[in-house]
Amino acid sequence: MARLSWAARLYIGVVVAAAAVLIVRGPFGDFAWWREVAVLGLLLVVFESTATLLRPRQLAWSPNSSATLAAAVLTGPVGAAIVGACTMFGMRRGPSLAQRAFNTGMMALSAYLAGRVFVALHGHVGVPTNHSFPGLIGPFAVAAVVHVVTNHVLLAGVLLLTSGRDAAGRRAPVGMSVRLVASDLGYGAFGLLIAALWSVVGLFAPVLILIPLFVARWAVAQIVEQQRAYEATVGALCQAVETKDFYTRGHSDRVSRGSVMIAREIGMRGERVEAIRYAGMLHDVGKLGVPTRVLQKNGKLTEEEYAAIQLHPMRGLDIVREIGFLDEALAGIMHHHERIDGRGYPMGLAGDEIPEFARVLAVADAFDSMTSNRSYRGARPVAEAIAELRKWAGTQFDPAFVDAFVAAIKREGWHRPEPPVFAADDLAVLTAQDHDDPGAPLRVIDSF
Amino acid sequence: MAERRHELRRFPWVRDSGLLLLVVAAGVVLVASVAQTAVEGLTDPRIAVAFGVLIAFGEVLRLNLPGDRETAPIAMAGALAYALLIKVGVHPVHHSAEQVVTITAIGMIVGALPHLAVGRPAKVSGMASRLLCVACVAFIFRPLAGNGAVVTHWGLAFSLMAALTVVALLLEAVLTALMRVDEQRARFRVALVDEMRVQLPLGAAVGASALLIAFAAEVMGLAALAVFTAPLLVTQVAFRRYAGIRATYLQTVRALAKVTEIGGYVEPGHSERVSRLAVAIGRELGIHEPQLLELEYAALMHDIGQLSLADPIPGGATVLASRQDQQRIAELGADVIQQAQVLGSVAEIVRRQNEPYRGLEVAHEGFSARTGHAAGPPGRIGDSTPSGPPLSSRIIKAANAFDDLVGSSLDPGRAAAAVQQLRLDTASEYDPDAVEALSRVVNRRSVML
Repeated sequence: MARLSWAARLYIGVVVAAAAVLIVRGPFGDFAWWREVAVLGLLLVVFESTATLLRPRQLAWSPNSSATLAAAVLTGPVGAAIVGACTMFGMRRGPSLAQRAFNTGMMALSAYLAGRVFVALHGHVGVPTNHSFPGLIGPFAVAAVVHVVTNHVLLAGVLLLTSGRDAAGRRAPVGMSVRLVASDLGYGAFGLLIAALWSVVGLFAPVLILIPLFVARWAVAQIVEQQRAYEATVGALCQAVETKDFYTRGHSDRVSRGSVMIAREIGMRGERVEAIRYAGMLHDVGKLGVPTRVLQKNGKLTEEEYAAIQLHPMRGLDIVREIGFLDEALAGIMHHHERIDGRGYPMGLAGDEIPEFARVLAVADAFDSMTSNRSYRGARPVAEAIAELRKWAGTQFDPAFVDAFVAAIKREGWHRPEPPVFAADDLAVLTAQDHDDPGAPLRVIDSF
Repeated sequence: MAERRHELRRFPWVRDSGLLLLVVAAGVVLVASVAQTAVEGLTDPRIAVAFGVLIAFGEVLRLNLPGDRETAPIAMAGALAYALLIKVGVHPVHHSAEQVVTITAIGMIVGALPHLAVGRPAKVSGMASRLLCVACVAFIFRPLAGNGAVVTHWGLAFSLMAALTVVALLLEAVLTALMRVDEQRARFRVALVDEMRVQLPLGAAVGASALLIAFAAEVMGLAALAVFTAPLLVTQVAFRRYAGIRATYLQTVRALAKVTEIGGYVEPGHSERVSRLAVAIGRELGIHEPQLLELEYAALMHDIGQLSLADPIPGGATVLASRQDQQRIAELGADVIQQAQVLGSVAEIVRRQNEPYRGLEVAHEGFSARTGHAAGPPGRIGDSTPSGPPLSSRIIKAANAFDDLVGSSLDPGRAAAAVQQLRLDTASEYDPDAVEALSRVVNRRSVML
């Protein structure tokens, strides 16, 4: 966040200034709810200090909206804005000064707007009583929607201005945002409960609410934790598979990254991007089922040996079949060696018969093979590999995905693997030919 | 596990007397309550219907927690709230405990119908224990709900309700633990602690929600139910995703443990059998669930180091390989697992899976040259009091050796001979406790076959 663009600074400045003006302007003449504001402000500080970090980007989640919405009901728009502004006292170490300022402004602004809407819809400000219900529910629901939508629109704005990739028109992971909006709305409902319980249990209301909210937070944290554990484990196991061959180390990881680049470029949904990431990681796992001596054979392959190599996508499928992936990922692993002209393996599918995931994987797979060192040749430059991809587009690769990949590489670049360093005691052996390399197809002994 | 389940299905009533008792108890309470309610008629039918709908809705959205635990948090919160209800709006409510049980049961059954329709049978034990807990709270609290002191002092009502909720959730944990003792041959104390650990977060949320619904209904009326469903739903979604990811994780480890089989390094089914056996032994020895999960992971991946060998060991039977080779496989496998940082202790278990249980120094002087390995665990190098490998490693060592000797054979004689052979080596190699537990597990299996 150190290098904020002028546009981003301006944006954050406007948000903070608007919030400050709205709070200072008051009116405070007959404002009699300082106690409520103090308690809810404290509640918000607790929420903010215990926010859960979400993974894909630097976002944090906390049920703040339940405190600000309760304030909107109990104290009106200005009180809600003050409670929202308590975000700045959050004791979380992550955010920079600019982030903290923006978060404060954002929460205060959305709380104020929600409060205004609540009042405009004739919602009664103050501690609700038996007669307030069910009339209070409608205005509250609208206010909650306004709060959450304002919050997310402001957030999307700052993300657009601060992250280069989003500015370039890439789609943000929409699936995640939808989930976040839904959960914010859900926890917003707690706001009404805090307000309602105020008349029964008074100041004790926020304390009671904390229990289920902390449990929810625990669950969210567990999800993030498990996801990280999962990824690390799959990555490590893929590397284990790769230890058999020095030259292909890191191949799975790079194919995975390349496939994700293509998937994002063509605007795949977040969930499918995740799936293709795992498919890329695991696409060659079936090589384990091919006898080592065949993989390492220096010279022409016999028909049987070639058949054994052609079987590796099926072996891969055997291994990963029981994992609860999207079926698409499985299809991708099984068909990543099909060719558009129908001369690939294992099934000889052609054109659109080949699953989309497989066509994506095929491009990234071949590209990484070409730009890596092999025992029979050095790594080829990226430009040369792109030319090679273009040459085979339409016969071996899907031209649309080749174009997408080239565009993504032009923008984001491509990290080629380091040339392998040979350690004396390394167990790995060298592969003499690479089944992924389109420039040097496997040599098969002619049976005639 | 598959064979065991099969056995359970063949003689469900012989093996599961506990389940039978539970279901009968719940059934008796239910029949008595329904009869009583039928005689007296429903009080406050509108409220009863509202809570019944909430319970049914929650039952539709029931949830599987890690370790094959079925819960229905929203239904449970709704039912407990109905039992703890004092006033709706300004009107005090007077429904009886019998009515609470009846409404809860009807809600549960209606909610279970969609599951049955798509072929997911309800777990009778789960439903029965949930019903018993609700009944317990209802029969204690309903007579008190009309009491003047409880109605006027929210502090008294609150403490009473909180205490009852805690008791009810504890009762559910005890009942579920008893079921598990019956089903999985776990020890009761271990099962209870595990149960409470898994259920604690969700149980706390359920209890607090029940209290909140009961109190909020005083102000908001029945609208409290609708408003409350939103946050509970979101929490439940979070839990569902958490459980889903955990399940995928285990599936993936299981799938990737198969690469050694498909690569021809080990006999097909070896990793799966060793892990099943190891988990059974672990349970027999009273290992808690989190460690049991680590044991399962470690057992599944115990041969992963073989991937780094140029040539597969003939037949993959590591028990016949030289100690150096075995140790090398273990070290390589542990290095692989270590890279997945989160599985730190799993790596340690795999690394030490071949060590004799008394520790390397005492058992094999000739081999002690190897102990200076840099990756060795601290405390082993130059330590005057040698410490043996962790219990999980000792279990895997025994299970692995047993499976290498017996394989997929189901011949009881061969199994007994293998156990005997391991027993002869308990002086230094195999942990006598692990071997005895193994023997009990194997005996049980052959009796059941």
